[in-house]
Amino acid sequence: MECPEHSAPEPVFQEPWHAQVFALTVHLNESGAISWADWVTRFSDRLAQHGLSRELDGGDDYFHVWLETLEGFLAETGTATPGEASEMRTAWEAAYLATPHGQPVKLAAQ
Amino acid sequence: MPHDDPDHPHSLLPPEPALRVKALETILTRKGLVDPAALEEIIDTYQNRIGPKNGAQVVAKAWADPAFRAQLMEDATAAVTALGFYGRQGEHIVAVENTAEQHNLVVCTLCSCYPWPLLGIPPAWYKSDAYRARAVREPRKVLADFGVTLPDGTAVRVWDSTAEVRYLVIPMRPKGTEGLSEEALTALVSRDSMIGTALAAEPAP
Repeated sequence: MECPEHSAPEPVFQEPWHAQVFALTVHLNESGAISWADWVTRFSDRLAQHGLSRELDGGDDYFHVWLETLEGFLAETGTATPGEASEMRTAWEAAYLATPHGQPVKLAAQ
Repeated sequence: MPHDDPDHPHSLLPPEPALRVKALETILTRKGLVDPAALEEIIDTYQNRIGPKNGAQVVAKAWADPAFRAQLMEDATAAVTALGFYGRQGEHIVAVENTAEQHNLVVCTLCSCYPWPLLGIPPAWYKSDAYRARAVREPRKVLADFGVTLPDGTAVRVWDSTAEVRYLVIPMRPKGTEGLSEEALTALVSRDSMIGTALAAEPAP
């Protein structure tokens, strides 16, 4: 393990999507959709599975596992099925590709 | 750069996981399970308002105020709640005090449980497999990697956080700080010193 650089301030979240997936989960916890103990169990199980095949660095790969855990939970509860999630992801991709640079990106009307 | 690049006339496509997060957010918002304003509030709180300076205030007060220190060691959750530090991930906080006999080191071997109201979001190294595995197995080597060498007579105790219990290390008060105000003491208390991977800083001469 490398000694971290102590002098440079680290951003709280390295990528905007890290912050977004974190906030989504905290919000679902606060609204009672998932208990924190349940979340920790699911998340640590997946971290352990991933950690078997390679060493996680605690940055981007950590939040990848976080996202996978959240997707798994929402699929299991039927809140957002894999089909729905994939369809919506494609819709967002299309919206980005169709929006001129500098314009706000919006989903096409439902 | 992208603004004038004819090869990229459309908006820059976010990375793959960002698209997946946006998809979940849209689905949950449309189902009324998520309020986008609440998401922004959560992000703003952790990016801008909660951080190790909260914990540093607690440590400085414990150094300066024996009655508060006693209360903190007895029931840290109540003591820090009284200072206004409570909320998510702070439900049950235990303060562990470093002494000449015992140095305390905090880890979460399961994932990354951490006293959010006092320290904010944990740094990447705290969440890494390397730290989570090695802190328990070879704490002195981990400390050495962080530049901390303890006297031979000081034992290292490792505390493993859980979903229910979070630990705050109270570092030893540095020598030569007798006359300092609580505010000045706060500046000596780093995030890492409250995890146990650093000591409190010596005051500038």
